[in-house]
Amino acid sequence: MNFDYQTRRKLTDRTMVFLCGAAAFIAMIPLVSLILYVLLQGFKRLDWAFLTHLPAPVGVPGGGMANALLGTLTLMLLASLVGLPIGIMAGIYLSEYGKKNKFAWAVRFTSDVLSGVPSIVTGIVAYTLVVKPMHNFSAIAGGIALGFMMIPIVTRTTEELVKMVPHSIREASWALGVPQWQTILAIVIRTAKNGILTGVLLSVARIAGETAPLLFTSFNNQFWPQSPDEPTASLTVQVFTYAISPFKDWQDQAWTGALVLLILVLAINLAARTFFKNPRGLLR
Amino acid sequence: MNPSAELTDNGGAKPRALPLLSFGKSGFADKFFQKLTAFFAFLILFLAFLTALTLWQASAPTFHKMGWNFLTSSDWDPINGIFGSVPFVYGTIVSSMVALFIAVPFGLGISLFLTELAPMKMRDPVAFLVEILAAIPSVVYGLWGIFLLAPFMRVHVDPVLEALGGALRLPFFKGPSTGLSLFTAGVILSIMILPTITAISREVFEAVPNTYRESARALGATSWETILLSVLKPSRVGLLGAIMLALGRALGETMAVTMVIGNTPQVSINLLAPAHSMASVIANEFSEAVSDLHISALAEIGLLLMVITLVLNIVAHLLVWATAAKFQK
Repeated sequence: MNFDYQTRRKLTDRTMVFLCGAAAFIAMIPLVSLILYVLLQGFKRLDWAFLTHLPAPVGVPGGGMANALLGTLTLMLLASLVGLPIGIMAGIYLSEYGKKNKFAWAVRFTSDVLSGVPSIVTGIVAYTLVVKPMHNFSAIAGGIALGFMMIPIVTRTTEELVKMVPHSIREASWALGVPQWQTILAIVIRTAKNGILTGVLLSVARIAGETAPLLFTSFNNQFWPQSPDEPTASLTVQVFTYAISPFKDWQDQAWTGALVLLILVLAINLAARTFFKNPRGLLR
Repeated sequence: MNPSAELTDNGGAKPRALPLLSFGKSGFADKFFQKLTAFFAFLILFLAFLTALTLWQASAPTFHKMGWNFLTSSDWDPINGIFGSVPFVYGTIVSSMVALFIAVPFGLGISLFLTELAPMKMRDPVAFLVEILAAIPSVVYGLWGIFLLAPFMRVHVDPVLEALGGALRLPFFKGPSTGLSLFTAGVILSIMILPTITAISREVFEAVPNTYRESARALGATSWETILLSVLKPSRVGLLGAIMLALGRALGETMAVTMVIGNTPQVSINLLAPAHSMASVIANEFSEAVSDLHISALAEIGLLLMVITLVLNIVAHLLVWATAAKFQK
């Protein structure tokens, strides 16, 4: 075909614009397929028993993931105990005292770099530091691994959001003679609290879906969690174990577990958005 | 109405809620609070140090036994205590490259669509949907991968690739395929890193000043020419950063890869063959390790994985910062 120059320009333009739109459309296919399948397959087994019963042995009908659900909640709580204090305080430091000093720069950089450490590597670290000395897989080890992962996320979001508080509010407080630490605690943090809560929720949502660091820290358990120094089941590990099992019934339960997990994670994400309208850029 | 009530109405805090200490002593309190927050910030540095030290010590026994052979040998025999990391490094790098090969064009297309082309009303909903992809737990991707993607690849995609590979005499696509392969792992990774590429490149594109676009338009450029000249060209470095951050994510991704890569430690140029990755071998073997040396070897693989992702991340962050700084001037 022999087009003149102008026609060729126009054609290239139309084609490329179409391709960009098509890319956005095609990217929706796996998303829709995944969510539809989790819904369709998951609802087959979803009932009250699934949420309140212990897993049944192979071949025994019924059984659920109640212990795993409770385990996941326990792990989220333990992780928050490790991750939130460090993350929030460090975020406050970076925003309020660390505008232009080298230490703050180093912390910021290290925190960004830590957020790129693969979660399975964090799992090895928690195994070496906690499981090995205790000679036992435990919820504590899992919580510490997940807490380590939360720290950089919480630090970053806290810093960004505390920075957004207008400087004039701080100045107003200083002008009243309020010392800086009280200004920060009583004025700045309280103004930014919705934003900080959003960051916290997003980081919790992120770790709730983690499997890799739990495989050899909190491990798995077919029974109710008794105490935090015992192996503890979690939804993610349970879904993984059932998914790669050869039993049809377990595979069906894996889908239902995935559905519960997905609802949990998306609900936390949505809750985060209601506290703070535009958390773009915080998801990473 | 007193003046302080106005502040409260504006969403500020109530002054009377101050934990009142004597203001006179605040010099000490101020310093204390600053030191306290600085201490928590210091813990982050300490955590990084602890991570590196722990991995280093945990992998020492293997390093003593295998030395540099660990990096060059492709034998992995835990029973006899022989460990070489080549098949895993190969699997990780190749599956991530396949992922980039697919996700980069799509990601850039989507973010160009969202920043330059789409009607305003469409932008936020589409961006939201892409962000949901980032929120889905990787084990759910893996589940979907085992039961949907892998069979789909085996039946519909792999035969086409085999025919193509046969016709062009390429060694990359040779059957028969089980669906559990390096290629399937790459595909699932590409879906998982798509949100990262889209979100960061969107930020980079939005940082380009509008005057650039207007100048191109004023010279009579079409939409695509405007994009090429005044959006893509000035954001090259930032895009490279986005791609490297996405690559860092792909390298470290564990569960979804473990579930579809086939878990066979071999080096094969055939993308339709099963393989293994650094993260997946750790996930598979760590809790069932046959000896302390085996654990140590897996820890050394973890160390290697961390070093690779760290270098990548550091360079990527510097690149993204460099572009942001360029436009701020």
